[in-house]
Amino acid sequence: MFISAKNIFKNYGSTQALSDISFEVNKNELFGFIGPDGAGKTTLFRILTTLLLADKGSATINGWDVVNDFKTIRNNVGYMPGRFSLYQDLSVEENLTFFATIFGTTIEENYDLIRDIYVQIEPFKKRLAGKLSGGMKQKLALSCALIHAPELLVLDEPTTGVDAVSRKEFWEMLRNLRDKGITIIVSTPYMDEASLCDRVALMQNGKIMQIDTPQHIVGEFPRKLYAVRSSNMYSLKDDLLHFPEQHSVHLFGQYLHFTAREREADILGLRHYLEGKNHQNIIIEAIEPGIEDCFIELMTENSASNEN
Amino acid sequence: MRTILYIIQKEFIQISRNRSMLPIIFVLPIVQLIILVNAATLEMKRVNMCIVDSDLSSTSRQMTDKFKGSPFFKVKESTFSMEEAEQSLQKDKIDVILRIPQHFERDLVRNNGGKVQVIINAINGTAGGIENAYITNILMEYNKQVTAEWVGVSTKGPLPVPSVAVTTSYWFNPQLNYKTFMVPAVLLLLVTIIGMFLSSLNLVREKELGTIEQINVTPIHKYEFIAGKLIPFWIIALFELGFGLTIGKLLYNIPMLGSLWLLFGVAAIYLLVVLGIGLLISTSANTQQQAMFVSFFFMIVFVMMSGIFTPVESMPVWAQRLNLINPIAYFMRVIRMILLKGSGFTDILKEVISLAVYAWIILTLAVWRYRKVA
Repeated sequence: MFISAKNIFKNYGSTQALSDISFEVNKNELFGFIGPDGAGKTTLFRILTTLLLADKGSATINGWDVVNDFKTIRNNVGYMPGRFSLYQDLSVEENLTFFATIFGTTIEENYDLIRDIYVQIEPFKKRLAGKLSGGMKQKLALSCALIHAPELLVLDEPTTGVDAVSRKEFWEMLRNLRDKGITIIVSTPYMDEASLCDRVALMQNGKIMQIDTPQHIVGEFPRKLYAVRSSNMYSLKDDLLHFPEQHSVHLFGQYLHFTAREREADILGLRHYLEGKNHQNIIIEAIEPGIEDCFIELMTENSASNEN
Repeated sequence: MRTILYIIQKEFIQISRNRSMLPIIFVLPIVQLIILVNAATLEMKRVNMCIVDSDLSSTSRQMTDKFKGSPFFKVKESTFSMEEAEQSLQKDKIDVILRIPQHFERDLVRNNGGKVQVIINAINGTAGGIENAYITNILMEYNKQVTAEWVGVSTKGPLPVPSVAVTTSYWFNPQLNYKTFMVPAVLLLLVTIIGMFLSSLNLVREKELGTIEQINVTPIHKYEFIAGKLIPFWIIALFELGFGLTIGKLLYNIPMLGSLWLLFGVAAIYLLVVLGIGLLISTSANTQQQAMFVSFFFMIVFVMMSGIFTPVESMPVWAQRLNLINPIAYFMRVIRMILLKGSGFTDILKEVISLAVYAWIILTLAVWRYRKVA
């Protein structure tokens, strides 16, 4: 195991930020923490990068304890905080040189590692970091986090606030880095990015709900999922919620995702029910669930079990 | 060591990119030295005075002439009505009333003594005290003159009356030039303000911008980071001292009797204390605003208690004890002693040792307070 965390708890005053977090990450894995804002992702990353002490529990990175071996960890981990934390009044090159030197290395020494990323911002190397666009800032931050050739890369919401094209590029870069032998843990609030990870942990309210490969998580979705649409979407949601057989109804873009209590829904019955409610142009299709469907399903299951 | 150099380099690049820094470094000292040194003077000139002479004798006239001839007083009003004079004082038109009662001359001749009344506006206590001293001085002079004349007239010969002649000489500032006294103090203020404020705002700025997060995950040592933050402002403040001394010499021709090397040596230690306090504030504050207010609080207390305007010796004993932890008080003594008196190393040894111990304690605290782990 490259990273191993056991029963981590962390409270901020009376707010529970992390509750009984345990997980393992293999060497050379691209591991994602998926969850909404406030799920505890940043707190967890700060504990792993030795910036914060957990109240309870332990964690090791490559066998180094996050409390006792913090010096070794700081030398071998690259961390990219969620907020852009480089010096805005230093140029691209100055930032990179600065972080290289305080890690006791030079840009040239590890240029191989950052080349693919750095060439994209090298034309602007004299520009102040504060004057870069969001996507370029993020590439610079990644270069700075990589400059000392870390064994583990910790990226806290690297794609938040970045456009779709840059996001796609960024994930490609991460996969390349993984192929070069770097273990990566990354957090994101975007469910669609889960499928780009080797394995993901779904987080909610300081707890991990599930850890698995994205394919498995989707495969384990317990019901058949249907996309439903009609000309009157507003009343459609209401009507579906009142359908006796319904298990869940959620709005996804232009469709409502619907599951029934049984594994498979009685599509004909549903259609008749909706026609009886004066819906027109009814479309009901069986679809493959996405991570988001699984996430919502897990969330409702968890809150139901909490209530019991 | 190399790491510290790179942090210092980084800080200097950032300082040079900050547009407000150059004016702060170059304009601030000139403005402070010109305004404060000229404005903060205790010399009183042309104090407005009202004379109520109800005697109108030759003696009373002689006496009022003494005041009219003095550069310190301007006889703005003369009246016979005490009420009128008091009204003028109420309205702030005049600051001092000299009242010479009726039969002043007669009493002086007959009873060997006359009485005059002096009323002073003491809203500003210090000014009132100084005015009183000036007036007493003039009256004493006049008294001597009168005594000499009267005694001389009656005995026609050398005085049999024994008297003690007092000659005063003011050492280290023979002309009692106020500027000589103020320039070193203002210089010290300047260096302290620059040092404490810049250092206290700098580290907390990294906290506000979040850049400290990226620093904290690096293997950088706490002492390296603190040293890297301290040294740039230490250099700037020492430069500032040199710059200020040059202006002081050019504009006011202040005396520099002692060794400048010694002065800079002590300043170097003193600045470690001031910058250390700034960094200590910075490590404990979360926003620049907090750091600013806390630094401001310490600055005001330290400055007012340092003996810049009022002598430390006149403070209550507990306040003098409190000055043990006031770095400005130490350096205030030292800078005046070196520049005005030409004191050598052994004369200021006590202050140097105190400052060195202080610097060591403060810097240790600052390094200890700076947390890389929350």
